[in-house]
Order: sequence, then structure tokens, then C-alpha cells
Amino acid sequence: MAFLDLSQLNKSFGPNHVVKDFDLSIAQGEFVSLLGPSGCGKTTVLRMVAGFETPSSGAIRIDGQDMTHLRPNQRNIGMVFQAYALFPNLTVAQNVAFGLKVAGVARAETQTRVDEMLALIGLPDLGGRYPYQLSGGQQQRVALARALAVRPKVLLLDEPLSALDAKIRASLRREIRAIQQRLGITTIFVTHDQEEALSMSDRVVVMNGGRADQIGTPFEIYNTPATRFVAGFVGTLNTFQAVVTDPATGTVTLGDTPIALHRPVDAAAGTTVTLAMRPETATLGIGEPGDVVLRARISDVQFLGAIIRVTADLGGDSLTLDTFNRASTPPPDVGAPVTISMPPAGLVVLVA
Amino acid sequence: MTKFLAWTAILLGCLYFALPMIGMAEFSLSMRRDAYSLDAYRVVLADPRFQATFLFSLAMALVTIVFGVLLVVPTAVWVQLKMPRLRPVVEFITLLPLVIPAIVIVFGYIRLYNTSGWLPLTGSVTGTNILLMFGYATLALPYMYRAVDTGLRTVDVATLTEAAQSLGAGWLRIMATVILPNVLGAVLSGAFLTLAIVIGEFTMAALLDRPAFGPYMQVLGANRAYEPAALAVIAFAITWVCMGLIGTIARLSKHKGA
Repeated sequence: MAFLDLSQLNKSFGPNHVVKDFDLSIAQGEFVSLLGPSGCGKTTVLRMVAGFETPSSGAIRIDGQDMTHLRPNQRNIGMVFQAYALFPNLTVAQNVAFGLKVAGVARAETQTRVDEMLALIGLPDLGGRYPYQLSGGQQQRVALARALAVRPKVLLLDEPLSALDAKIRASLRREIRAIQQRLGITTIFVTHDQEEALSMSDRVVVMNGGRADQIGTPFEIYNTPATRFVAGFVGTLNTFQAVVTDPATGTVTLGDTPIALHRPVDAAAGTTVTLAMRPETATLGIGEPGDVVLRARISDVQFLGAIIRVTADLGGDSLTLDTFNRASTPPPDVGAPVTISMPPAGLVVLVA
Repeated sequence: MTKFLAWTAILLGCLYFALPMIGMAEFSLSMRRDAYSLDAYRVVLADPRFQATFLFSLAMALVTIVFGVLLVVPTAVWVQLKMPRLRPVVEFITLLPLVIPAIVIVFGYIRLYNTSGWLPLTGSVTGTNILLMFGYATLALPYMYRAVDTGLRTVDVATLTEAAQSLGAGWLRIMATVILPNVLGAVLSGAFLTLAIVIGEFTMAALLDRPAFGPYMQVLGANRAYEPAALAVIAFAITWVCMGLIGTIARLSKHKGA
């Protein structure tokens, strides 16, 4: 049974229906990211779990207990905010001890727990400092320690890395994930950054227009996107219009070139479908036997260091592919004819 | 030339404000013939009525400040968190005491709460004191509300409240340990302004017949020559000390929040 269960959650603000029939089951100790663009409803879902918003309909259950109408301070949920939200009048240690004091934990135990938490976040000597004396990254780590000190059932992270610079963001990302795994705490992480979601999560929920478009592991989300939105939002993508010729064997026609996908296509013969392909799926030249082979002409070459991004013209459609830079092979010339090959499994048919 | 004119204007402005005060201070020191002395101050400070009325007004100011903080801080927080659309309405209400004269307010009180009214507050000393405190709180409302509201805008009250709630805190604890300490500078500014208003207030105290400092100054002014000037200097000094304290606290709290 799921540890955290959101069923049929809906939320409207006046005429705006921002979360629609949202279902999600999270196992104990799982790290799930809600990924989506601004206004997709991800933060509203998180705020409903925290108790800051009341669902218009639906239920929230944690460890079998119905939390839907409990106040935020009755839920035992830890939350980390984008803006850190440390209490400016309290020292780091007092901030971390805040929840324990509220819970009436004995002074000696509070002190032990605060020391433990500060050691966990790697700031054991900064207990006496005030928030304004810390950097953004340090403040966010203290906010994490404060949320974890009360041993919450669930940890909610609301874009905790957005306000930090890129370098700190990458290191704190690893740190948060390591702490989460060490404590085994069930976590929901809200972000609009696909790299964060893919690198940190056990599962990712891609949200669009208040709904969960796809729920899956980062591998599934990236490699087999369920909808056109997911395919477009997560990673870079090439899309082509193709016509289904034989749905049973999975044969489609791209321009004049027949392509055998070797798997059934869920569309009638003669319908137009979208084929999607990641830039790293295709290779220049003849690939493996059984690969789909296309003839094209190079229209642009971008040298990005480790990767060379090549754009090719397929006689109307444009295709971008990434190849690793090798000192022995110079990049192709613009205007040169090329053969591009890709495994059929790398071509995803998007019906929705 | 422009600079010269500007400095002349500033100088004239300073003289306009300073000369009456210098004259008053000089007069307050002239009680003894042919020599400056602090006799007027000595007389005033030794007068038991001065001590009694000053202490009465000070006590009233403290009670008013406590009442004002309890009324204004939760209201301002509530408006900011739950009903931001009501902010203009609340601001308008808090500005009303500036346009409604104190005498109108106090007459209203007397009509409503006299001994034949439904709540005969003027029937007892305590009741009248409570009424006076309400009156003072009304007069101080524009300053107290503005000070607290400005203070609240400098901190992210909504997120801090949510952070405290997620850590299990209830409203009382959030108010006492999260919001009040973070707007303490603003609350103290409001408190000192309230103190300055209450110490000098005449109309309400006189019409409610309470032994406050304002009516005492008036009585003294009507009957004596040098002492009222000394008293005015003392009242100014109290106000300036209050202003200085506001400035100091504002600077200190700004430093802490930086």
C-alpha cells in the first residue's frame, strides 16, 4: 500500500481550475519530483499536501490517515521553501530547534537533535550564527535541517534550489538526495528544472495544465514520453510527421522513406502520427543492421566541446543530432550530404 | 547664487523653528531676576501634581501601547495574509482619527457611555480610564498601524508563517515568537509615537476629567508665568528622547536584518 496517497485531487481558485483529477501514490522512502512549467499546478499540489490549501475535492492520505482537512500544524510534514524562510530573529541552532520546542521535546534531547542535524548538513560550527550571516546555500541547508529535525513523515521541497547559483545548485542537489536516501524519508520535490528532476528522483510526475501527463522513472520519462507535451518539455526532441501504412507491423512512411518500427502502432492506416527522436539517438553514417537509415544534407554544425550538435535537412523536415567530439574526426561541413541512422526503438510514436 | 538662496532658505526655516524654542527655553530659565536659573524646573519637578499627572499619563500610555499592539499587529498580519484586498479599507479606517477631531470622538464617547447609557463606563474611575485608553488608542491608531504595516512589509510574513505552521506552531506561538520579534523595531516606533501623543494629549483627558499631564500643563499655563515654559521644555525633551529612541531602534533593527 502506498505511504502517501493523493486521490482525485482538484483545486479551483474562483473560475480557475488549477489542479484536475490528480492521482499519485508514493511508496515510503521514495523521492518523487513534480515537474512542469509555471502555472501547471505543481506547487498547488504540494501546498495541498502541506495543508496550506484545501482541495476543492479529493483526498490526501499519509500512512493510512486521512489528512485532507487537518491543519498544517497537525500533519507532521517538513517543508523547505524557495525563499529559505528561516526565522531572522533566531540563530541557526534556534531555527533548527523551533519545531522541537513546539513539540515540547526536552531540552537535552533538543540539543542532541540540533547537533545531529547540523552535522548532517555539514554546518556543525554555525549554530550560533544568524541567518543573515549565512550564504544562500548555507541558509537552505539550515532550512532542510530545520524541516528534518522534527522527524516528519513526509518532506516537501518547494523549488528549494531556484534561488541559488548554478554551482551551489548542483552540489546541494547531490547533498539533498544523499540525505534523503540516508534518512529514507518520503519526499516530494517541486521543480521546473528537468535536470534537477531527472537526476534526483526515483520517479518524476510531469504536470501540464493541472494534470499529471506522465508518471514514471526518469529513464521512462526521457526515453518513452507518453505525450507530446512530456516529449517537448523534457529534453530536446526532433519531431516528424509520418503516415501509418501498416499499424500491425508498425510501418510508417516519412516523406518517401518507409520506416519499420518493428512494433504495433496504436493508430489506423493512413493517419498521420508524430515521430519523436532524441538528438543522441541518431548517428552520422551507417549504423547497426536493422537501423532506420535516412539521407539528408547538413544545414548547421555547432561545436559544443565534448558534443557536436549537427542539424540536417531531410527535404523539408529538420533533424538535430548530437555526436561525441573525437579529435581524429573533424565536424562535417555545412551543405555536405550525409547518411543518418538510428535504431527503430529510438523513434517514439506520439499519438496524444 | 542658487546655492546661496538655498542656504538662506534653510537658515530662515531653522530660525523660524528654533527662535520660539530658544525664547521659551530662555524664558524658562529667567525665573530669578538678573540671573539664569533652574528655579522654574525645580518648582515644576517638586510639584506633587506634576509627578502624579505625569505618572498617570505614563501609565495610560503603557496600557494604550499594550492595547494598541494587541489590536494592530494581529489586524495588520490578518490583512496582509488573508485579506490583502481589504488593505485600502483598513488604511482608510486607521486614518479617520486624523480627520475626526478628538473633541468629536470624546463627545461621542460621553454620549454613548454615560451613566444613563447602555454601557455606563463614565460611572466609575476605572471605566472612565478604560474609555480614555480607547480614545488614546484611536488617536494613536494612524501612527501605530502605519509603523506596524511598514514593518510587516519588510519581512516575508506569509512564508515565515507557513514555515512555522509546518513545524507544528499554532497562531499564538507564531505571533509571539515569529512575527512580533521580527517587527519589534516597527512596533517600538509605534509605541514611542503613542507615548508622545498620550503624554501631551489634552482634550480627551480634560473632557473625561482625568488627572493627566495635558490638563495639568493647561492649568499651570493659565496660572503661572515661568513654570509652563519649563514644563513645555520638559515635554519637548520627552518627545525628542522618544524620537531618538525610534531612530536608534530603526538603525539597530536594520543592521540586524541586513
